[in-house]
Amino acid sequence: MIKIKNVTRKFGDFTAVDNISLEVAKGEVFAFLGPNGAGKTTTIKMLTTLLRPTQGEIFLDGHNVKENPAATRRSFGIVFQDPSLDNELTAYENMQFHAILYDLSKQLYTERIPKLLELVELTDRKDSYVKFFSGGMKRRLEIARGLLHHPKVLFLDEPTIGLDPQTRNHIWTYVRNLNKVEGVTIFFTTHHMEEVDRIAERIAIIDHGKIIAQGAPEEIRKSTGANNLEDAFISLTGHEIREEEGNVGQNIMKINRKLMG
Amino acid sequence: MRTIYILWLRQLKRFIRKRASLVGALGQPVLFLFALGFGLSPIYARAGEGDYIQFLAPGIIAMTILFTAIFNGVDLIWEKQFGFLKETFVAPVSRFSILIGKTLGGATIAAIQGVIVFLITLTAGFRPESLAMLPLAFLYLILIAFLFAALGTTIAARLDDMQGFPLIINFVIQPLFFLSGAIFPIVGLPKFLEFITKINPLSYGIDGMRYALSGANVFSPFVSLGVLIGVSIAILFVGAYQFSRVEL
Ligand SMILES: Nc1ncnc2c1ncn2[C@@H]1O[C@H](COP(=O)(O)OP(=O)(O)O)[C@@H](O)[C@H]1O
Ligand SMILES: [Mg+2]
Repeated sequence: MIKIKNVTRKFGDFTAVDNISLEVAKGEVFAFLGPNGAGKTTTIKMLTTLLRPTQGEIFLDGHNVKENPAATRRSFGIVFQDPSLDNELTAYENMQFHAILYDLSKQLYTERIPKLLELVELTDRKDSYVKFFSGGMKRRLEIARGLLHHPKVLFLDEPTIGLDPQTRNHIWTYVRNLNKVEGVTIFFTTHHMEEVDRIAERIAIIDHGKIIAQGAPEEIRKSTGANNLEDAFISLTGHEIREEEGNVGQNIMKINRKLMG
Repeated sequence: MRTIYILWLRQLKRFIRKRASLVGALGQPVLFLFALGFGLSPIYARAGEGDYIQFLAPGIIAMTILFTAIFNGVDLIWEKQFGFLKETFVAPVSRFSILIGKTLGGATIAAIQGVIVFLITLTAGFRPESLAMLPLAFLYLILIAFLFAALGTTIAARLDDMQGFPLIINFVIQPLFFLSGAIFPIVGLPKFLEFITKINPLSYGIDGMRYALSGANVFSPFVSLGVLIGVSIAILFVGAYQFSRVEL
């Protein structure tokens, strides 16, 4: 379903993703793990046509992502790590906008939207403007929106960041169900290892843009001799803490790159 | 079609909900209309050119459209920064439809503002030459709105943040406005200025509108129509290419 062949992505001189290769089978639940700044989001952006690889090839549902981005876009859905809602619209309007962009029939979306809003407990706020939402509410709405159309591949980039355990539980149950019932391939990133334990069939660990381990969670744990996945992850990626770079940092980097040529 | 409609509708909703900016955007044209209109009227009349308000009003309406259309196009930069553009860019919708939806949204808003300013010019003493010509004036108004909404969107596709925006306003949009015959006639100018006014598409928009509203023109109204449509198509081509290049 997903095939990444020797893909590299540079930002100026900096190599964010360094010659990675990966395959994800149809119907698989795949976890893509790594510390902050490892290159997870950059990889997902390349898979979803938002960034072009500097080198290498990507196939998604048989489409060459670089050469045929339009066809690729019909095959996937995504929940972004960063906000992507329209704050001037209501929760319902954001959902409806998405439904129409993805060409869902009115009958289908008027049935699905209330269910999803219920799932993320936003039913009573459906007509409030998103700009008045708290961070957690926005996050929940992003997820509900991402689950609205049922694609062949669903990308979830740190979907549950900042959410309470109950909500996380609801969401993963729903996602797993989507995978089991409709055969949707799931490609997700997270920092919560118990989520990985719970639903991932296979994982890859990326650090400094390179893939350093790949396999079933159990294999990875055994190969490092750790007691659990969390320890295995730490022993593979080291103990130092990585700072997350926000949008502000990235924009400054972009400007610098322009000034430096 | 449904996707273009929803993109258009979204922009209109945003416009209607931000009433403060709606009113704010009327400040500049009203100021120009009254300050220039009443300030320069006596000189204009003494030069034997007639009633300055009759000349100025189409220019001020076009100015409103120009700025509103560009600002609404450039809105795209905010969508990039606040992340919403990602949502539309990963959807199974061609980039060209997104460009068209965005442009039609901006153009509609600019056209609405243009009509509001037209009504304001009536209170300043402007009188259209003939009511029968109003539909033609409206056609020019829409074409100007479309052209500059497309231009704003295309420019925004190239910019990553608002930092480049003042540069665009000062070195592209203001000159387009001042060197277009909006506030003074473009006949008998020094050669260099005349050249600029002739390659400025806004000159043709204003001239066409002035023909329809005040019965005065420099270019043939058909030439003006042709230029507006031709330049719009050219901008859409460039915009479509820019859109296909955007990385988020
Ligand atoms: N647009 C960009 N310009 C410059 N550097 C970037 C850009 N996007 C990401 N990076 C850098 O690439 C690296 C990988 O980032 P990212 O893929 O977001 O990591 P992760 O999602 O694993 O936390 C980071 O060092 C980040 O700063
Ligand atoms: Mg990330």
